[in-house]
Amino acid sequence: MQTSNLLPLILVLAVVAYGLAYMRSRAVAAPLGGIRNLKALPFYYAARAALWCAIPALIVLAVWAGFEGKVIQGIVIASLPQDTWPESAGQASLILSQISNVAAGSLDPEFVPEHIAGAASLLEAMQDKSGNFKAILVVLIAVLGATFAWTRVAPHINARKNVETTLRRIFFVCAALAVLTTAGIVFSVFLETLRFFDRVPITEFLFGTSWSPQTALRIDQIGSEGAFGVIPLFTGTLLISAIALLVAVPVGLLSAIYLSEYASKRMRSTIKPVLEMLAGIPTVVYGFFAALTVAPFIRDLAEIVGLEASSQSALAAGLVMGIMIVPFVSSLSDDVINAVPQTMRDGSLALGATQSETMKKVIFPAALPGIIGGILLAASRAIGETMIVVMAAGLAANLTANPLDSVTTVTVQIATLLVGDQEFDSAKTLSAFALGMLLFIVTLLLNVIALKIVRKYREQYD
Amino acid sequence: MNTMSPSISAEADMQSKGAAVPVPEHKRKDTLMEDKPEDTVIEEGKTVGKPFTDNPKFKLRNVDVSYGADRAIKNISLDIGRNEVIAFIGPSGCGKSTFLRCLNRMNDSIEICRVKGSFELDGQNIYESKRDVVELRARVGMVFQKPNPFPKSIYDNVAYGPRIHGLANRKSELDDIVENSLRKAGLWNEAKDRLDAMATGMSGGQQQRLCIARAIAVSPEVILMDEPCSALDPIATARVEELIAEMSESYTIVIVTHSMQQAARVSNRTAYFHMGHLVEVNKTDTVFTSPQHPLTESYITGRFG
Repeated sequence: MQTSNLLPLILVLAVVAYGLAYMRSRAVAAPLGGIRNLKALPFYYAARAALWCAIPALIVLAVWAGFEGKVIQGIVIASLPQDTWPESAGQASLILSQISNVAAGSLDPEFVPEHIAGAASLLEAMQDKSGNFKAILVVLIAVLGATFAWTRVAPHINARKNVETTLRRIFFVCAALAVLTTAGIVFSVFLETLRFFDRVPITEFLFGTSWSPQTALRIDQIGSEGAFGVIPLFTGTLLISAIALLVAVPVGLLSAIYLSEYASKRMRSTIKPVLEMLAGIPTVVYGFFAALTVAPFIRDLAEIVGLEASSQSALAAGLVMGIMIVPFVSSLSDDVINAVPQTMRDGSLALGATQSETMKKVIFPAALPGIIGGILLAASRAIGETMIVVMAAGLAANLTANPLDSVTTVTVQIATLLVGDQEFDSAKTLSAFALGMLLFIVTLLLNVIALKIVRKYREQYD
Repeated sequence: MNTMSPSISAEADMQSKGAAVPVPEHKRKDTLMEDKPEDTVIEEGKTVGKPFTDNPKFKLRNVDVSYGADRAIKNISLDIGRNEVIAFIGPSGCGKSTFLRCLNRMNDSIEICRVKGSFELDGQNIYESKRDVVELRARVGMVFQKPNPFPKSIYDNVAYGPRIHGLANRKSELDDIVENSLRKAGLWNEAKDRLDAMATGMSGGQQQRLCIARAIAVSPEVILMDEPCSALDPIATARVEELIAEMSESYTIVIVTHSMQQAARVSNRTAYFHMGHLVEVNKTDTVFTSPQHPLTESYITGRFG
């Protein structure tokens, strides 16, 4: 039986176990004078039975499914005549795929050597057998587990405690899963980064001022040496992020102040959702807005005042990105400004301060740590943004501080390095991992600082 | 016994329109003693005692305040004398804080709040549209229920008002204002060595005295206090009460309080509020020894509230 069929089956068994244990707990309680004489509510006995039924069975199923393939492969390879044993891992996988193709019926057994055809039939038989064994074992364990729990439906046994403990463990596993996934991603990126630094020295990567990752495919090709200096990419990222923040911070902050201190309730309940809608627009939409509307406009404007501007400019990307992150700044700032107690406002107003004096001298300083936290979160969002820059700022890795020039960013380079057909162990593709790692470290630092500031802010009023 | 006989009615809304429903004589006696005193209906705009004084600081006439559809203050007229301490007492929700907040227009910031009636401070209408609320609040200071020092240093807290009103031309002048205010609030000895320390690090009682110092620093003429001791322990309360007694020489003080003992200790006059009505105003001694209105009597003898 297929794993996909076993899962619903286990679920059904668990539901049955739940129902049976529920009824039994009521039956046990009846002669004693009702469920008040049980150590736990019937629900807990039932839930324990369901858990006993499902969890061991699922674990066995997972382990079996995890090792099934490898074990069968090993047996099939071992069954081949000794003289045809694969010599390398690559060869083994070739033979295996041939065998499994034959077994799956997509390759006619007559076209392959006899030992392969034999191995294919063995594979088929093994898979059948394994599937049957698995199904029987899993169902057996589910039934045994449920029976065990069923026998332990007794008035003196406290099922509530077991269920609570098990649930706590399930929650922990879920939380751990998220953490482990993050750790796994970071770890794999880290390993690839190390491989990259085998080929390109870390000092060249960190301090090199030119970025041109095109390496030659053949030895005799021109320009076989790639340049992997990350500085132009980071200046590009910083330039665009700085422009974005120059737009987003004043606009976001002032609109937050307007919304929280000046706007009427009705105004606020209209403007705030609309402002937050900006965050819901897909970045690719911002991207073509930037590329097709803003960038040409900036170029034309620059030409009018006699400046030279490329049709893709850091300014265009930065401006549009700034609009995109306005809601991050405004929404978070609005929240922290609102979190400043009303008594502060009253205290200041009662001393004869105007609304703007109150804002400037009392509310804003009190909310400042939270506002900075919001700005840093917006900054890490800006640094990580890719699509707008791809479309509006170009791909040229210019080391420049001129916002009218086209620049490129770390994320854009990562995207272009890995798009299309690539050789996955060249310095070019590996450099993407190094860039990713560096970007990860930078945004992580920003987030840590932001969280620290926000936490410090919290302590002030608690 | 008094000028207004309390009438009892099941239909309160009729009463709020001012219609007096006659009640048979024999019933009236019983209900007074045995029905809940809250059920006693007050005739709107009728206040027992002496609500008016000669040459008042505040002259308040026919004040009506509503939050949306709820009428919080119902046609109240009252004078507040110069350099007197007047206490507002009454059960929760009776409108005394709302009324207090009208006196420096703190209700302006509440969107749904509508204030009607005439408010005169030294003969000038404080709700006139061209009137600057900043100037009014500089003259009528306020101390709140919960100590609310700004998260700044002690010095900056006291200097806040003088700075925004431009009361000091030099740093030394500002220093003097801060020192005087802290002295008047009885906080100088405790605070003089740590003027740069955060005000939020002080004890609750110190914080409340700091808020009083902060209010004094702009030299107001009237100080409104909204239950200033409700968040303080008895010792800190005693200090604030002493302070009120000292301050009454130079300021007019209006204090809202839930503690009748406090009202009796600190005030010259006492006003009793009930369900948005001003029921009785009299010398504090009179209110607490021989209240003229049955509701006042019930309240001060602890039958409700």
